[in-house]
Amino acid sequence: MISTIVFILLVIAGTAFFTINALKVKRNIYLGKDLDRKDNSSERWKIMTLVALGQKKMFSRPIPAFLHLFLYVSFIITQIELIEIFADGVIGSHRILRPSLGGFYTFMISFIEVLSVLTFFATIAFLSRRNLLKVPRLASRDLIGWPKLDANLILFAEITLICFIFMMNGADEVLYSQGLSHAEKIGDTTSLGFSISGILGPILFGGLSEHALHIIERIGWWGHIVMVFGFLNYLAYSKHFHILLAFPNTFFSNLKPKGQFTNLESVTNEVKAMMDPSFTPPAADPNTPMRFGAKDVTDLTWKQLLDAYTCTECGRCTSSCPANITGKLLSPRKIMMSTRDRLVEVGKNMDANKGEFKDDGKALLGDYITAEELWACTSCNACVQECPVNIDPLSIIVEMRRFIVMEQSAAPTELNMVFTNMENNGAPWQFSQADRLNWKNE
Amino acid sequence: MSEQLVVPTMAECMAKGESPEYLFWVGCAGSFDDRAKKITKAIVKILNYAKVNFAVLGTEESCTGDPAKRAGNEFLFQMQAMGNIAVLNGYEVKKIVTGCPHCYNTLKNEYPALGGNYQVVHHTQLIQELIDLGRIKIEGGSFKGKKITFHDPCYLGRANDVYEAPREILVNLDAEMAEMARNRESGLCCGAGGAQMFKEAEKGTKEINVERTEEALALNPDVIAVGCPFCNTMMTDGVKHFNKEESVKVLDVAEMVVQANNL
Repeated sequence: MISTIVFILLVIAGTAFFTINALKVKRNIYLGKDLDRKDNSSERWKIMTLVALGQKKMFSRPIPAFLHLFLYVSFIITQIELIEIFADGVIGSHRILRPSLGGFYTFMISFIEVLSVLTFFATIAFLSRRNLLKVPRLASRDLIGWPKLDANLILFAEITLICFIFMMNGADEVLYSQGLSHAEKIGDTTSLGFSISGILGPILFGGLSEHALHIIERIGWWGHIVMVFGFLNYLAYSKHFHILLAFPNTFFSNLKPKGQFTNLESVTNEVKAMMDPSFTPPAADPNTPMRFGAKDVTDLTWKQLLDAYTCTECGRCTSSCPANITGKLLSPRKIMMSTRDRLVEVGKNMDANKGEFKDDGKALLGDYITAEELWACTSCNACVQECPVNIDPLSIIVEMRRFIVMEQSAAPTELNMVFTNMENNGAPWQFSQADRLNWKNE
Repeated sequence: MSEQLVVPTMAECMAKGESPEYLFWVGCAGSFDDRAKKITKAIVKILNYAKVNFAVLGTEESCTGDPAKRAGNEFLFQMQAMGNIAVLNGYEVKKIVTGCPHCYNTLKNEYPALGGNYQVVHHTQLIQELIDLGRIKIEGGSFKGKKITFHDPCYLGRANDVYEAPREILVNLDAEMAEMARNRESGLCCGAGGAQMFKEAEKGTKEINVERTEEALALNPDVIAVGCPFCNTMMTDGVKHFNKEESVKVLDVAEMVVQANNL
């Protein structure tokens, strides 16, 4: 009875905290500017199914793709077991699905156990890639400090969770085989016969007393559910949020050709007014201060901010970035991480000031991302292509270049010369437009 | 050779009451850069040979605004674009072919929002179509058995998902095609895009074109084939960096078609 109350309180608290945090993240994302991504929903469902559910883009690098697939499939399938844990927790039953599902139950849990073992080794492999092999993209300077710890914590949490699963199932195997399980009370004395814990259980816990076995089984059971809620609540603070946000983020992907940069409507109105005196631009919304490009996170669109929360810092973008490969300061991953860091800071600022943002004298441009990073970009779209969850770092880089050029007039000198040439002769070089056809007779 | 080139302008065509099927958008590099001018002429030779009804804007052409747009100068881009659109729409242009992937991308994707709607193709797409239609017979000629690697221009490849047209042309040359490890979707940039062509690179440990050329040279190719005047410059400089300009040629796909067939 007490355990049921504790369980229900845990569920309520765990869900409530997550909801509060998730709503904060949602509020932060909606600080971004409007963008219509509701068109063509059949295409969007298709992309989400292939890219998020089907992990299509992961497989450009097969080794991490397969390792990740074990974790991913395991995570999804384990949710079935979680349904039973919920039911048992609320009702006070023990393995409530077993009598009704029979052989399928044994198969299902056995399948989960096999996946859990694969996941265990995949997680060890991931830890080694980060900490021993030091795969360049996983050991780069982008990840110094919290990001590295975050990644390792997630992997340790996964290992712990797997240990709890095998404590629970392993001890229960021994209890069942000795006719000592909780389930005895409901007349079930057949052994569980799970694929892994059927072997592992007797080896690890075979000689223990009934009392010790019950304690281990309960630690496993409670550990499992506490980890699940702990993990859920950790997501909002971590790069691991991608397990949820990958789905909306791929759904709202850019469907246009990657080379197409957005058209700035506000500029179009001004240019039209300049070229055609009879053109009257539509009245600007007085509530939105007019700014060209992006200086801070609130100048970006909600999709760009969703991108930032979705980024799991895998670094495929950075490892394919020509600027980064050749030692420049630019790292597309860092662009996403900085955007999220600044957005979280803005959110905290709002929380501390009754929901109003109080100017803190900082901005994404300058305090988080430098002009040197932005000017190193070749706009080649390699980062956009590589991202397994369709994040677009290039669009943020371009928005910030727009601010530097149009609001600060701080383009590199050579580019200002290019602009002048284009204005005067219609070419980036100092050649006269009148000479444009000279090649014909040369 | 130049006396053989037939390059009508849109203005001349209009005066004669003709409307050419294609506008050949030459682009700034194609008009002014000495190396790129050769590519322009190669494209014209192919168009002439295949009897494609085309014209150029000549002195009425102006920069598409691509470097301004990539650099963040949306004002300048839109002024350039609107000026060009006024000219193009004045001539009722429907189809455009261009030798520059940057012009291609801008005309195709970014002009529609400003009132310029055209069917735009890259010259490699048009050449491939002409081969398919039998209007150009392509034979290996001087490239038979030579090793060729194709460098994907970002603004043709990733930006617009055109990967196969240039390769299909090259396959027709009876050459040995060798792919760099980073090809197609994962092709590495030459370093010129995003207005980088016009400025010094940021501080780093290596030039991007050197990194890319190194990858191409590792295949021991006879020719590094390109489809963009800016890639051409970057790869040519890269080959010079490794002192390989005697043994390795950097050529546009159009130039190769012309050379192979002695057009």
